[in-house]
Amino acid sequence: MSGLPSHARVVIIGAGIVGNCVAYHLARLSWKDLVLIDKGPLPNPGGSTGHASNFIYPVDHSKIMTQITRDSLRQYQELGVFRESGGLELARTPENFQELHRRVASAKCWGESGEVVSPERVKSLMPFVNTRLIRGAFWVPTVGVVDSLRAGTLMRESAQQMGALTLSANTEVQGIVVTGGRVRAVRTSRGEIQTEYVVIACGIWSPRLARMAGAAIPLSPAVHQMISVGPIKAFEKTTGEIGYPIIRDMTTMMYERQNGGEMEIGSYAHRPILMEPDDIPSIETSKLSPTELPFTKEDFEPQMAQALELLPDLLDDENAGIQYAINGLLSLTPDGGPIAGETPEVKGLWSAAAVWIKEAPGVGRMVAEWMTTGEPELDPNEVDVARFQPYARTRRHVRARTSEIYNRTYGIVHPREQWTSSRNHRLSPFHSREKDLGAVFFELAGWERPHWYESNSRLLEHYGDRVQPRPNEWDARWWSPIINAEHLAMRDRVGMVDLSAFAIFDIRGPGVLEYIQKLTVGQMDVPPGKAVYTPLLNRAGGFKSDLTITRMTEHSYRIVTGGSQGGIDGRWFRDNLPADRSVELHDLTSALCTVGLWGPKARLVLQSVTQDDVSSEAFPYASAKQIDVGSVPVWALRISYVGELGWELYAPMEQGAELWDLLWTAGQEHGLLPVGIGVYATTARLEKGYRLYGHELDTEYNPVEADLARPNVKAQEFIGKEAYLKARAEAPAAILCTLVVENNVSSSGERRYMLGHEPILTTAGEPITDHKGRRSYVTSAGSGPSLGKYLLMAYLPPEYARVGTQLKVEYFGEHYPVTVAVAGSTPLFDSTNERMKG
Amino acid sequence: MNVLVCVKRVPDPGARIELAAGDQAIETRKLGFTIGPHEECAVEEAVRLIEKLGGSATVLTLGPADAEEQLRDSMAVGADRGILLETEGDDWDPAQTAAAIVAAIRAAERQGSRFDLFLFGNESADAGGFQVGIRVAQALDLPCITGVKRLEAQANKVLARREIATGWEVYEVGLPALLTVREGLNSPRHPSFRSLMAARKKPIERSRPERDPVGLELLRLRLPPDRGTSAEMLGEGKAAVPRVIEVLKELGVLQA
Repeated sequence: MSGLPSHARVVIIGAGIVGNCVAYHLARLSWKDLVLIDKGPLPNPGGSTGHASNFIYPVDHSKIMTQITRDSLRQYQELGVFRESGGLELARTPENFQELHRRVASAKCWGESGEVVSPERVKSLMPFVNTRLIRGAFWVPTVGVVDSLRAGTLMRESAQQMGALTLSANTEVQGIVVTGGRVRAVRTSRGEIQTEYVVIACGIWSPRLARMAGAAIPLSPAVHQMISVGPIKAFEKTTGEIGYPIIRDMTTMMYERQNGGEMEIGSYAHRPILMEPDDIPSIETSKLSPTELPFTKEDFEPQMAQALELLPDLLDDENAGIQYAINGLLSLTPDGGPIAGETPEVKGLWSAAAVWIKEAPGVGRMVAEWMTTGEPELDPNEVDVARFQPYARTRRHVRARTSEIYNRTYGIVHPREQWTSSRNHRLSPFHSREKDLGAVFFELAGWERPHWYESNSRLLEHYGDRVQPRPNEWDARWWSPIINAEHLAMRDRVGMVDLSAFAIFDIRGPGVLEYIQKLTVGQMDVPPGKAVYTPLLNRAGGFKSDLTITRMTEHSYRIVTGGSQGGIDGRWFRDNLPADRSVELHDLTSALCTVGLWGPKARLVLQSVTQDDVSSEAFPYASAKQIDVGSVPVWALRISYVGELGWELYAPMEQGAELWDLLWTAGQEHGLLPVGIGVYATTARLEKGYRLYGHELDTEYNPVEADLARPNVKAQEFIGKEAYLKARAEAPAAILCTLVVENNVSSSGERRYMLGHEPILTTAGEPITDHKGRRSYVTSAGSGPSLGKYLLMAYLPPEYARVGTQLKVEYFGEHYPVTVAVAGSTPLFDSTNERMKG
Repeated sequence: MNVLVCVKRVPDPGARIELAAGDQAIETRKLGFTIGPHEECAVEEAVRLIEKLGGSATVLTLGPADAEEQLRDSMAVGADRGILLETEGDDWDPAQTAAAIVAAIRAAERQGSRFDLFLFGNESADAGGFQVGIRVAQALDLPCITGVKRLEAQANKVLARREIATGWEVYEVGLPALLTVREGLNSPRHPSFRSLMAARKKPIERSRPERDPVGLELLRLRLPPDRGTSAEMLGEGKAAVPRVIEVLKELGVLQA
């Protein structure tokens, strides 16, 4: 066995499918001096790859996960290890049958194929299914299986052939050396390797490795039970690994898939069985492998009965026995997504973990591109390790959430679904007041934010049908008509919105102007006190973020971004700090609370609690000032995301309650009411056509398409400028539009309300694709109570992006007529922004 | 024919065994449990006998409450009912175990059960005492054949064969009789789906056996020193051929 090199550019830990893919893509991108190590033997070192069921369903409700899977499928096909079988997601209940239509919608939104088929059609595709049990199925012809071990081997060998990779199996990592916040070396059982980068790609062991470096990869090893039954008589005639479609029995949360002469049955229905990474057995003490634990039959029993009744012709055979049964370990994360990217704690330490077979080549490519060029082609935001903020990296939280998420794997998850476990971690100083007012809290990045207030229910009568009540349970789930009532009352009077979840970064120093100009599209060389809303772009000109930056003094700025983006944006700002230390960054997220005070009476309320002049002359729109509110020093920023006169008021966290009380008391005579995030983030925003990061804005779209390009481009250089200039010079492939639902009455006579991620179709019912290959879909949906309309946002190709164009939206299999009301960013409500100018 | 098979719940370990703190037991927290391969053959043989000759197969174990799992596994491949002699999970020596089994057999017989054939594994997979079957036969005054690897049964007698270095010893014995059997007797079946489910519903009689206070005492376990096994990669693909030939010659398998 050849010795390990003493130096490497990258050490990849873990030779499962993920580590092999990362190694291959780094080599393909011309990086040399790569070392791939694993404590186990090759080609199957004993991780989750070795026992994976290896099938791929291309359709996911998440756009990025569908794109990553599509990329992975393409790569597996190129390696020649993919075999198409088709797949059937079966529905036994009305709820599951309804969900199938949502799967079709996702397929159409992301450009995949799939249709709802009848039990008779299921029978013709998979003759062994007891179709008396089912109402129908989602048929996906492009489903198939891969040989993930072979794929990994081919990837690895390819990297070796390029002369880029040294391989070392049976090599255990004993430590990761970090100095000055940067990874320096990996200590192994075969010696130490100095290195610039470490990629942790060791699945369920990843948290342990990350901890060696003082970082966190918040995942939990979790048991997924799988058995293999055979020999199956009916499979004697099929050749090769698979000849019949793979079944996902969505109602009972299990899958059945042919594997040669046997049938593999896996379950996501049993109780969550989690393990601590430190408790995983070693290779030597494991009977099969460390990730194939002894099968606990009692957990699987209900599934056996369900599988038997579904596939009696295959399984009810006394000669077909259980050949193999494991409690297989796989990686689960608190939100179910993979964990990729550079850890915020340690420079040079990268994660490529919690990646399933269907995602591995895609994530491998993403991580390699990210490392070599600074940004991947596919948007990494949803899979970025930095999305987990400090509370979310604690073991207790990870355990609680992964327990909750296990049964969601095949479950029906509402787009607004809230977590029941591990709540109440980040509370604003207004929290107890909000509770007293009957706040219904939704969580964002650990923050508990009032979504609406039950105490406002008395408004319902006043506003009557203008609150657009929703008769359908699905549409009304995690929603209340009170949101629309709060909206109308805020536009009539004045509301207070808790915005304490904002992430806030203050930057200062002699180099600050140059620094911030480099990161932003907007012109930042503005007078102190001026606020600028600006996109942050990646080099390809797509959206990395959009946020508001205020010049505080000549040499300081305040950056305010969304709470869920705090970790990711924070790392971006830190990563780009000049090496000469001419700029410092201070994270004030936990130091400052924020309340939005908005509505026609906002000035009256604020003026009554401050001596400072808050008139429009003294305090114009898009400016900021330090004012006194009673004894609370408040940094007031006159902007609005709801389209009303008012301020975001920032105060020291410990004086938040005092600020709330002062405003509350003063506001009573003006009809002040608490207003939830339902108004802030949806209804008021949509009426104003404001874009929301992660919904309308991601790296796939540029500011021209989002209609956020300014008339002039600043002279200074900034990241993404070249691409931005190019985008400005071209005709946009799509333009973000606001659409109005013309008739939302379903065939059964019920008013329906879309929730987002529905396909936009031509009047002929055909999906719309722009010339970059992107489908048109609903990015955001919500009521416009002041307009009396139901609003959708969607990117449309230019030929459709014209006011008055008639189109359709598909919702649970039915088509509803919609009309383009705005092409671009002009607000539908108060289009000249008179109210904000107040 | 009514057959009683005695089995023992034992850990199903990997390559390396670890001791639990106190060195009184092996570490089983991450292990599955099973019955030994001899006993799997005993259960399979009992099921085959009753399939052929009619009658019933009863499976008996002495062990902790969790040993129900091994009874269910045995019933999933065809045994009709189970008897669990429930202990606290502590170590019982062969004499104590045999005494408890004898008492249970007598109790079952008092309640009307009659067993024609008693099958044991030749030795348990963990302790390997080679004693329990013989002790039970002695106590019940039954003919006993150990190390059986072939079996043919008729209604009132069995033909049993033991493998020896030079061939086979053949025994014919009338019933009732007690046999201890070895792996290779047959090829045990895998449980089918339906039989696994059916096994959940089969009856198990539970009782708490008396433990003879006098017996062997386990002082401590000790792991033998690691023999340091190693593997040598002879090469990959065609490049490995010369070295493979060399090794085969060294082993005397291949002549020059």
